[in-house]
Amino acid sequence: MRNMPNSKKKQLKAADKKKIAATLDRYQRDGVMLVSILQDVQAELNYLPEDALKEVSQGLELPLTQVYSVATFFKAFSLKPRGRHLVNICMGTACHVRGSVGILEKLEQELGILPGETTRDYRFTLETVNCVGACALGPIVMVDGKYHGQMTADKVDAVLKGYE
Amino acid sequence: MKTVTLTIDGRELQAETGQTILEVARDNNIYIPALCHNEAVAAYGACRLCMVEVSRGDWAKLVTSCLYEVEDGLVVKTNTERVNNVRRLVTELLLARCPDSEVIQDLAKELGVGEPRFTPEEGNHKCILCALCTRACQEVVGASAISLVNRGVNRQMATPFYAFSDACIACGSCAYVCPTGAIDIEDAGDTRKITMPNVTMEFKLKQCKTCGAYWAPERQLAHIIKQADLPPDAFDDCPDCRE
Ligand code: SF4
Ligand code: FES
Ligand code: FES
Repeated sequence: MRNMPNSKKKQLKAADKKKIAATLDRYQRDGVMLVSILQDVQAELNYLPEDALKEVSQGLELPLTQVYSVATFFKAFSLKPRGRHLVNICMGTACHVRGSVGILEKLEQELGILPGETTRDYRFTLETVNCVGACALGPIVMVDGKYHGQMTADKVDAVLKGYE
Repeated sequence: MKTVTLTIDGRELQAETGQTILEVARDNNIYIPALCHNEAVAAYGACRLCMVEVSRGDWAKLVTSCLYEVEDGLVVKTNTERVNNVRRLVTELLLARCPDSEVIQDLAKELGVGEPRFTPEEGNHKCILCALCTRACQEVVGASAISLVNRGVNRQMATPFYAFSDACIACGSCAYVCPTGAIDIEDAGDTRKITMPNVTMEFKLKQCKTCGAYWAPERQLAHIIKQADLPPDAFDDCPDCRE
């Protein structure tokens, strides 16, 4: 009962609730579509706030446990606010042997965060992925879905500068 | 449903299609260790302890006996070298996960598993992630107050957001089915405290109008009243004072 992990939890704005309701309607409030619905809600709100998951649970008449289990299962979902830009570094086999570990270290130093974390100014969120299907161009760093191929630790600064 | 004949450890047995090997073995007093199985809920195959070897003709393979349905002519062995090796490995892994669980310690002793080769988890509780509690909560109680959350090495049994669960009726079924005693229930005065591996929750107990004893969680009684369509004052008295 007195075990709330995030006391400063975000209250949903009326506009956010509307967006969620519209998303639910788009999927005919069908619980089978839970993953797609959560993807859309996250795309609209930047992450999945606690109250958004509660809205989804009520709207779909699914137990909150089920919504929470799914939301915490997939790496693509975030229950914490994310940065304006998402940096994904590929740690797949091909990128790994071409030195992605060194690039990850450089990113961690530059941003001052570990994978899964967000910078204090909410500029960047850092994530690792395993193979984005462009091995020939590896090592790959993706920012907001844009591929930066043949990366080196030295190029990290220049790439990050392009995103405010 | 059709009757089939199978052999378990050399004994020829009759069973019905749809029954699992584990059920047939238990009906016939053949011991197969199993942690995540309970008749009250659907089989789930989480603990992997109940592995047995089945063969038909030339092939033999390891299967989870709690999930594998019997067939005519099936030959099952519950005690081969291969089976015991797997059981020992599973137990070793469970022991590394839950070094403090007496149930797992006893199992390890029984199977001759010594110190696990894997690094034991520190400060860990006794939860083996078998999901019996969450399945009982969903399938039997109908509350769905707890579930397994996260993924991979971060998998845990928890309430949503690790917070007080509004759906929990404090009935204690989870503690009752848990094979390792990972959930504690303590009633003191007017409060029931449920301590789960990652969450602790407190609930009010209802006081008997006549004798004054605190006898059951308010939420559980409200749940029963709603389910069974009883009058709202159905539980004002405790069972002892009723009538
Ligand atoms: S608390 Fe007990 S019943 Fe629930 S998942 Fe853990 S070991 Fe299984
Ligand atoms: S391993 Fe990086 S793109 Fe395939
Ligand atoms: S009892 Fe079969 S896997 Fe647990």
